Amino acid sequence: MKVLVPVKRVLDYNLKVRVKPDGSGVDLSNLKMSINPFCEIAVEEAVRMKEGGGGHAAGAATEVIAVSIGPDQAQETIRNALAIGADRGILVKADGEVEPLAVAKILKGVIDAEKPDLVILGKQAIDDDSNQTGQMLAALLGWPQATFASKVVLHGGKATVTREVDGGLQTIDVELPAIITSDLRLNEPRYASLPNIMKAKKKPIDVKAPADFGVDTTPRLKVVKTAEPGKRAGGVKVKSAGELVGKLKEAGVI
Amino acid sequence: MAVLVVAEHDNASVKDATNKVVSAAKAMGGDVDVLVAGSNAGAAAAAAAKIEGVRKVLHADGATLAKQMAEPLEALIAPLMANYDAVLFPASTTGKNAAPRVAAKLDVMQVSGVIGVEGADTFVRPIYAGNAIITVKDEQPKKVLTVQPTAFKAAGEGGGAAVETVAAPGGPFKAAFVSEEMAKSDRPELASAKRVVSGGRALGSSEEFNRVLEPLADKLGAAVGASRAAVDAGYAPNDYQVGQTGKVVAPELYVAVGISGAIQHLAGMKDSKVIVAINKDEEAPIFQIADYGLVADYKAAVPELMDELTKAGV
Ligand SMILES: Cc1cc2nc3c(=O)[nH]c(=O)nc-3n(C[C@H](O)[C@H](O)[C@H](O)COP(=O)(O)OP(=O)(O)OC[C@H]3O[C@@H](n4cnc5c(N)ncnc54)[C@H](O)[C@@H]3O)c2cc1C
Repeated sequence: MKVLVPVKRVLDYNLKVRVKPDGSGVDLSNLKMSINPFCEIAVEEAVRMKEGGGGHAAGAATEVIAVSIGPDQAQETIRNALAIGADRGILVKADGEVEPLAVAKILKGVIDAEKPDLVILGKQAIDDDSNQTGQMLAALLGWPQATFASKVVLHGGKATVTREVDGGLQTIDVELPAIITSDLRLNEPRYASLPNIMKAKKKPIDVKAPADFGVDTTPRLKVVKTAEPGKRAGGVKVKSAGELVGKLKEAGVI
Repeated sequence: MAVLVVAEHDNASVKDATNKVVSAAKAMGGDVDVLVAGSNAGAAAAAAAKIEGVRKVLHADGATLAKQMAEPLEALIAPLMANYDAVLFPASTTGKNAAPRVAAKLDVMQVSGVIGVEGADTFVRPIYAGNAIITVKDEQPKKVLTVQPTAFKAAGEGGGAAVETVAAPGGPFKAAFVSEEMAKSDRPELASAKRVVSGGRALGSSEEFNRVLEPLADKLGAAVGASRAAVDAGYAPNDYQVGQTGKVVAPELYVAVGISGAIQHLAGMKDSKVIVAINKDEEAPIFQIADYGLVADYKAAVPELMDELTKAGV
């Protein structure tokens, strides 16, 4: 079984983004970029399908391909995935903002060429917080989807997936080929070892362009303003539970 | 202009999120219809018809819609869009699951997690865990939005819209429901509760989490939430997670117990009206956004708070 894992390069989750003073966007210059945490979880799951672990038999996956759509530096993100254990990478080089719809269209092109049996994506990228790409890709391919996965069991051409939903947990069966998107509790990604980081440097990365898949990446939505969120007025420290209850009464919330 | 709102419902009743998304739809101008897609959902359709300002309710009923899975919702909604300029889903797990499928089918880019509507084609939404707020212009012929219900006031009751039946999609679909484990609780729902009591990693175990937070939640009539760390450690179930990648809440009162206040957590609760933080570390970032901060060990502070609430007649 061939597994494809799209990965996105984003601002590191420990860092707080800065809004440009003129409201024209966010300033990412000189900030550390990393693999989107949800994508990292997706890679880990795919690699476990290959190596065994996390409830998967070794060899369930025979090849894991990491794909990124982004600038040249997105090669580093792919190397990240290769260090976790993916076998090879594909970079679809695109500078500037590429919206989820265009990403899904490019991925469809990659999938038409690679014919994987399973695609695992992160449920959301922590930069634009869209939570769209996996679902859009599923619709474009006419595949079933299992989003927000916290557990995946493969068996006989199907995946049984436990999903984190508003009221609790839901389990569904999807026929392969299918799209799965990872939630936080699907697994805990490993730290790549130094030898594996070295090995990853030698794994092949193919470079393509959106035009190779006939996709126009011009954004559909126009961002007219980027602003700082409203600031909360600074609060006060209370000395005791008694004072706290007094304040809450004053505020009219109890 | 005509806008379709996809109702959040459990077949028997519509959730408050529906009324809030109707308000967002009204702010776009034009006619607002509500779609109730479910199984034996007549009661929910009747309830949706009572929401103020709704022109009509579309009711699709069938076995394929019983669990409101993404594939049948796409098959139902994409063709309905011939009659609408926009479709709005609540940013619930059901809405987030289905909306992008509809958008891709219509070849449009979706606007996710809308917190403000500035006319028919201009929307406000947070990015980077709410650390930046963007205003986007969407001039596509069809618009697909998910709406953060907490950002809108609920439309009132008292309407009397007609209910029209539409056919449920036949299937079969390549995804099938197997089972679910839904939390049963008499407490208010986290997403729409007026008061929320949340616990973090400090609680240390699920026994301690329940022992400390449940009585306080019961006393305040509050829902219980948690940080990701508390959920990951198994102190609280997954659907308690508040934050960037969990639930967004905006109650009148949010009490954070033993939560440090990471940006990912703040993204889910910083629009609460009054925030209380109980944390033994006075440097904890949660104090920067808390209206009232109590620097204390929760082990002593929560029982004291219970006593003081009792004294105050709560
Ligand atoms: C991709 C991604 C998505 C994420 N999404 C979310 C999300 O949606 N929601 C979320 O919450 N987090 C999320 N996180 C995690 C987030 O970054 C933090 O790790 C998490 O919120 C920390 O939880 P916490 O505050 O309970 O734990 P900690 O940060 O460990 O804080 C525990 C606090 O308890 C205090 N404390 C300890 N003992 C006591 C005591 N006896 N009395 C009083 N106080 C005490 C400590 O001083 C400390 O401030 C996400 C992270 C990533 C990478």
